[in-house]
Amino acid sequence: MMTVRDLAHARAGDKGHSVNVSVVAHDEAGYERLLRELTEARVAAAFAALADGPVRRFPLPGLGAFNFVIERVRGGGVTATGALDIHGKSLSSLMLTIPLPGNEPEG
Amino acid sequence: MAGARVRIGSGAGFTGDRWEPAVELVEQGGLDYIAFECLAERTIARETLSLRRGQGSGYNPQLEDRMRAVLPAAAAQGVRVLSNMGAADPLAAGRKTAEIAAELGLADRRCAVLLGDDVQDAVAARPGLPLMETGAPLESILPRMAAANAYLGADAVASALETGAPVVVTGRVADPSLFVGPIVHALGWSFDDYARLAQATATGHLLECAGQVTGGYFADPGVKDVADLARLGFPFADVTDAGEVTIGKCAGSGGRIDAATCTEQLLYEVGDPAAYVTPDCVLDMTDIAFGETGPDRVAVSGARAQARTDTYKVSVGYFDGYLGEGQLSYGGPNAVARARLAGEIVAERLRLRGFAYDALDASLIGLDSLHGPGVGRPEPYEVRLRVTGRTQDRKAAEAVGFEVAALYTNGPAGGAGDAASVREILAVQSVLLPRDLVHPRVEVVDAC
Repeated sequence: MMTVRDLAHARAGDKGHSVNVSVVAHDEAGYERLLRELTEARVAAAFAALADGPVRRFPLPGLGAFNFVIERVRGGGVTATGALDIHGKSLSSLMLTIPLPGNEPEG
Repeated sequence: MAGARVRIGSGAGFTGDRWEPAVELVEQGGLDYIAFECLAERTIARETLSLRRGQGSGYNPQLEDRMRAVLPAAAAQGVRVLSNMGAADPLAAGRKTAEIAAELGLADRRCAVLLGDDVQDAVAARPGLPLMETGAPLESILPRMAAANAYLGADAVASALETGAPVVVTGRVADPSLFVGPIVHALGWSFDDYARLAQATATGHLLECAGQVTGGYFADPGVKDVADLARLGFPFADVTDAGEVTIGKCAGSGGRIDAATCTEQLLYEVGDPAAYVTPDCVLDMTDIAFGETGPDRVAVSGARAQARTDTYKVSVGYFDGYLGEGQLSYGGPNAVARARLAGEIVAERLRLRGFAYDALDASLIGLDSLHGPGVGRPEPYEVRLRVTGRTQDRKAAEAVGFEVAALYTNGPAGGAGDAASVREILAVQSVLLPRDLVHPRVEVVDAC
């Protein structure tokens, strides 16, 4: 099954008690497919073990990218967590594993 | 200033950054300014603590190394240096910088120090301020406060540059503002010219993490390759009086700059891209476009901004107990099961000894320590058990590593390579403080 990694690259950064993960599509067709399939609900499900949410998605069509903001990372985020990855910086790689089960392959 | 242009480089993206790329930029980059962003969210609280305990200077531990490496070339090339390496004691950092300049035999040893970000008194007098992260009143953490610092803006940075000192040292300043200040100062812009401030703020945001826009934190071998990453160069930006911006790096340095690296960095640590709040403006990134104008040259356009808000964001650092940690590795057949059993044993022994934790967690490095449990992952050949306990009781924190090490003779077969630590947790939350309660000021220090 196709995953986000087939269509995009990503970077994560911490925002205190939340984390943001950008998803940058390799091309326009990839962006359109991610727009349809990489929904807030799908991202929230993938991050359910790590964050209570909610997840907000900000599409940036001009850049062919999305910014996802994942709220309430467990343990208080960067400021007070015992997690190995206190900044959540490795979460870009988790984003890339999310399967996209829709009409494949397209374009 | 029609036709004017300023070139500003980025010399550091975090406290512990490399400085060879900064020296390269100063020597070969044709810069007017170089700014070193070295202050993570918790750094000031940590430096305040080490200062109080007589365990540190209060400013960035690498200040001396960085200044010694950069100042001679900066003086020779006429490049002015800015940094927030002042951390919890900008004045001491400024004096040290002037002293280093004197030791290096530089003619102008002056250092302009930006003060006024320390707002502990102002916030302590307002216990009802809501914490941005949780909504709880500030008074819930006030008794444990270690530091409170306002993110000062580009106007304060520019006022330090007006002294003419070749070096500016600050404490807490918003990361982009460390770049916006010199851009506005050099081009003679106004702090209510939001069309230009928008472009400058986007520039500052792209530069503030140094190598993260030139191919650092980007490589995924075979998918996203970065040439000569070992010699990763740091970026500079050319900004014209019309607000045109081009990001570049030194010829011959490692890394890459293109639309992909710029897009990743533009969105780094951003919430709503239409409302990125800095002390200088509220930046709207949604129409920003990147144009690849040449090898490792990217033009940035389309930034817009609303007027700045009437508050400063203040980071409040506070003690939040201790984190005790222990690690032990298992390899070979059934390693995961042995490590899991080991984690359960540690939790039970800690409970039997009467210790309580706000959180006690066991994870396996190599399997689930970064992304939590997941389905369908292959079982690794070796894993490293990591047990952490958060508690207000130092003895309970110490017991975590003790019980992990005790697994050697009291746990499953084949545990190896123990490590234990206890650290004090410095947490950070934020409040918004009205502008009129914050008073940035500049002091110039010189070597005796």
